[in-house]
Amino acid sequence: MNNTDNDHWLARPSSIRLIWKVSIVVLALTVLAQLIFKVKAYFGIDGWFGFGAVFGFLSCLIMVLVAKLLGFVLKRDEDYYRKGEPDA
Amino acid sequence: MPDYLSPAIILLIAAILTAILRGYWRSIIVLVAPLLTLWAVWSVPDGVTATIYFLDYQIEPVEGSPLRRLFATIFAFMAFAGGLFAFRVAKWQELAAAQAYAAGAIGVCFAGDLITLFLYWELMALFSTVVVWCGGTPAARAAGIRYAIMHLFGGVILKVGIEGYVIHTGSIDIQPMLANNFDTWMILIGILINAAAPPVSAWLADAYPESSPTGSVFLSAFTTKTAVLALILLFPGETVLIYVGLYMIMYGIIYALLENDARRILAYSIVNQVGFMVCAVGIGTQMALNGAAAHAFAHIIYKALLFMSAGVVVYRTGKSRCSDLGGLFRTMPLTTICGIIGALAISSFPLTSGFTTKTLISQAAIDESLAVVYFLLAAASAGVFLHAGIKFPWFVFFQRDSGLRPKDAPWNMGLAMVLFSALCILIGVFPEMFYRFLPYPVDYQAYTTGKVVFYLQLLLFSGLAFFLLLPLMRRTLTISLDTDWFWRVFLARIARAGVSAILRLTKAVEVWTGTLISILLNRVQNNFDKPLDTEHSWRTIFSRAQPIGATALWIALLLTGYVLVYYF
Repeated sequence: MNNTDNDHWLARPSSIRLIWKVSIVVLALTVLAQLIFKVKAYFGIDGWFGFGAVFGFLSCLIMVLVAKLLGFVLKRDEDYYRKGEPDA
Repeated sequence: MPDYLSPAIILLIAAILTAILRGYWRSIIVLVAPLLTLWAVWSVPDGVTATIYFLDYQIEPVEGSPLRRLFATIFAFMAFAGGLFAFRVAKWQELAAAQAYAAGAIGVCFAGDLITLFLYWELMALFSTVVVWCGGTPAARAAGIRYAIMHLFGGVILKVGIEGYVIHTGSIDIQPMLANNFDTWMILIGILINAAAPPVSAWLADAYPESSPTGSVFLSAFTTKTAVLALILLFPGETVLIYVGLYMIMYGIIYALLENDARRILAYSIVNQVGFMVCAVGIGTQMALNGAAAHAFAHIIYKALLFMSAGVVVYRTGKSRCSDLGGLFRTMPLTTICGIIGALAISSFPLTSGFTTKTLISQAAIDESLAVVYFLLAAASAGVFLHAGIKFPWFVFFQRDSGLRPKDAPWNMGLAMVLFSALCILIGVFPEMFYRFLPYPVDYQAYTTGKVVFYLQLLLFSGLAFFLLLPLMRRTLTISLDTDWFWRVFLARIARAGVSAILRLTKAVEVWTGTLISILLNRVQNNFDKPLDTEHSWRTIFSRAQPIGATALWIALLLTGYVLVYYF
């Protein structure tokens, strides 16, 4: 509905591409930072190189997939509870 | 203030004045009373200040301690910021009820005995229900009734526990206990119902999003956090709370991921955040209890901030479904920025209050060598960033262009949001300043480079996961079933079936008694009601005519006999 040149600079495709590029650089830097700053290992495994990144990503992947699967069972139409109750 | 009066009394009086006064005077009360309360809270000394004897009980209406003051402080502050956010648009009923509700929460903070605690507990249940009802829609009315039933039910369980405890121990003192008999289990369950623990977590996401845009700001703060305080006071180190807390954490994330309504996403994330605190109370060390208290304090601020930004959106657009929103950052920059600050804080991003308080809980898990708990908490931090940290601001303020161009927040709402945003950052940047107010001495370094690197990896890669998995999280016009299905649908069906069975039964009984009665009537008619015709012979016993002369003779004889007996 909007002309991309007149829209807010954040919504322009060129800026979105830029944001992606910057984000990827930042992501890489947070992992590489571990070369300089030692992450203290409390339980052994959490001191591994890039552990936080992998753990965070995988946790989210699992949670999204579990939510997706549960959604097939749990999701109902918005009016589910209102059916048969004309006044509520 | 007299030392037998709880600081809660100020907000109670303010609630009455708010209901009576109009215009400027009401606004002044709404804004000044919480500040007076703040002063009163800080003038409560440590220990029990007054004892009242009622029946045989030793009532201690005011007992101070650093922990109690910490909670009361944030409640009073919340009443102020909530009032500032709400006073120009909220109905007077809502403003008055919110103050009485806050008074209940502050009363619980300083309750020195179980009876006082229970009274204020019920005060909260009562007036929070009114706040839900002030949503004003039929859905809000229905949700308010369900909410009230749940909390009155929880209150009854708590009362059963307290009664039993008083009878069996003879003490009404608030002191640490363990859930090892019926009484203490009842107390624990009664408190956990208010904390939105399983299996009744559903009440929270059912009721809060139905309230008004301003009402949900108040609701987000008090009930669950007073439950956390009660758990810290009564059940520190109760192991079962670790598992209850972990369940709540995961429940909140999963349901928030499934949800489409922006305010309901935030409601689920309350359950998630309270789960962190409940888990910390379960760990029970000084570090953990510090963490629970600190996290409750920080959580009230950023969660209210999130509800404020969602409230402004609902107030300006009348919409709260993610599928109707999007692209609002263009015209609502202040609300967007404040919403993002709240979202970063809830995700425990470094330099926000969430980081400096939630990591206390993780540290407590480390100190106790609870590896599984530690890793689940870390995974949950990633999950919080996923469902609240990114999902909420992304779908509400960015995503696609919904075409909506609402105005930004009114000045008072903006001011309340800026105030709370500043606090989120202040506690995040200067944690030592805040740690001084915690109940136990803090020997903890919030910022070490290693920890910051670890959390940045954890959170930023969760963000990457969010954007890569976006196709899996398309908004659908749905709600998600929860355990409340059992009473909203299953029990309702049973009740309806029962009612119709009773109706059928009464109908059958009616038919049956109808026949019986008509048979009897026939009989009676046969005996009484034959027409008085001349044919005496077939008349039945009751309708037969008797000559009056015989009766008169018998009466005369009896009277004569009586006179004779009397005379002699």
